[in-house]
Amino acid sequence: MVATLFPLGVSPEPTVLATLAPGVVWVAALLSTLLAMDGLFRSDFEDGSLEQILLSPQPLFIVVLGKVIAHWIMTGLPLTLIAPLIAVMLFLPAEGMSGLMLSLLIGTPTLSLVGAIGAALTVGLRKGGVLISLLVLPLYIPVLIFGTAAVEAAVTGLPVAGHLALLGALLAFGIALAPVAIAAALRISVSG
Amino acid sequence: MSFDSFSDFLAMGGHAFYVWSSFALGLIVLVGNVVLPMLERKKLMAEQLRRIRREEVQS
Amino acid sequence: MAGKNWMPRWFYQLASPKWCYQITGKLLPGFAIATLLLIVVGLVWGLAFAPPDYQQGNSFRIIYLHVPTAYMAQSIYVTMAIAGAIGLIWKMKVADMVAKCCAPIGASLAILALATGAIWGKPTWGSWWVWDARLTSMLILLFLYFGIMALNSAIESESTAAQSTAVLALVGLVNIPIIQYSVYWWNTLHQPSTFKITEKPAMPPDMWIPLLILVIGFYCFFAVTLMMRLRNEILRRERRSSWVRELLMQQRG
Repeated sequence: MVATLFPLGVSPEPTVLATLAPGVVWVAALLSTLLAMDGLFRSDFEDGSLEQILLSPQPLFIVVLGKVIAHWIMTGLPLTLIAPLIAVMLFLPAEGMSGLMLSLLIGTPTLSLVGAIGAALTVGLRKGGVLISLLVLPLYIPVLIFGTAAVEAAVTGLPVAGHLALLGALLAFGIALAPVAIAAALRISVSG
Repeated sequence: MSFDSFSDFLAMGGHAFYVWSSFALGLIVLVGNVVLPMLERKKLMAEQLRRIRREEVQS
Repeated sequence: MAGKNWMPRWFYQLASPKWCYQITGKLLPGFAIATLLLIVVGLVWGLAFAPPDYQQGNSFRIIYLHVPTAYMAQSIYVTMAIAGAIGLIWKMKVADMVAKCCAPIGASLAILALATGAIWGKPTWGSWWVWDARLTSMLILLFLYFGIMALNSAIESESTAAQSTAVLALVGLVNIPIIQYSVYWWNTLHQPSTFKITEKPAMPPDMWIPLLILVIGFYCFFAVTLMMRLRNEILRRERRSSWVRELLMQQRG
């Protein structure tokens, strides 16, 4: 959706769009994960099942990781799959396609993980939705920078491996630590 | 001393605007950081004293 | 618990708001004098006596404000995260208060660092703002401070607010090494760090000694403002306790 707005808003010139394309796709990815983020724990919190989850004997780490993966399948994965379509619409050169797909595949799970921390921190608040974006967007910026850098490197024919490795490192870091932070944040939000 | 005269010092070799505006800004932030807590403390003290007086009147 | 004996005694004493209020009251004048002395000496030396830079002329003198504030913005963030962690782990109220008081000071210094950087960038790079790695990550740091302050004020319960912000601060800690190394990782416009622990600075001593004085002065400045805010916060939270009441009575005379 956001991606179709850009050609209308900026200019339908293919050359302009091609230079903007990596950024546009990545910003779209960022916004779509953010939009769905607020609801991640909210409905569970409201009907009380979140407390049940906290009390259940399963380790919270695993449950939280499951929720985040579910969120990613709902937002990041479809976006990765339709990314080539958007890229064609935006005249992204064909060489950049693999870089775009791979960087989105590695980058969007990190977005979901980090966003879930924000969602967990604000779950008990009424105006959580606005606050989430303020909390989470600064943390998204490194992912955004590496992601777009990877796509641009792919377009210009430079090696992408370095950028992808950095994205992978962020993801590995996120998988290991974010669920801990999410679990802690959930306990604080629910008990408070 | 790396300046010949006081007016030279003020001119900063043609960069007066940049240097002095940034230092003015710095001064504002530093002084603000000291003055705000002072004002807050005054307000807080006055409030609490008022509360105590009110409680004394009531009892 | 027997296993806790390795902690020094002052650590427990810090947990008492009253003790903390008294000790900061004693420390405050000393730090205030040190701050004033260091900053005045550093500024006069830096502004009037340090030789001009052979490339940038006199505009480099902004460094004497820019570098200390940028250092402080990061140090304060680390302090805040550590205080938040202590508050989370030992449930120490004073640590929560320290973390809360750090945020506005850090945000103001981050703004100052960005503003002086922009003003410095104009004569040297020719534009106010460059999307350079160092600048961008400093901006992220500022947004993190804002996020932390917003979250803290959005949650009504004081202990929940403190715990939530502590978690957020710890998550945001990832950004600190990114800022620190951004200049080396991305070979951008911004010049590398002025001070390294292992090497001698590349500047002449007449340039870096005042800078060092100012960095230390700004640390003292942070200590002063933090203690002032902390004392206010302690008074506010402990307003129902008997010792604050006695204190107020003495003030009234």
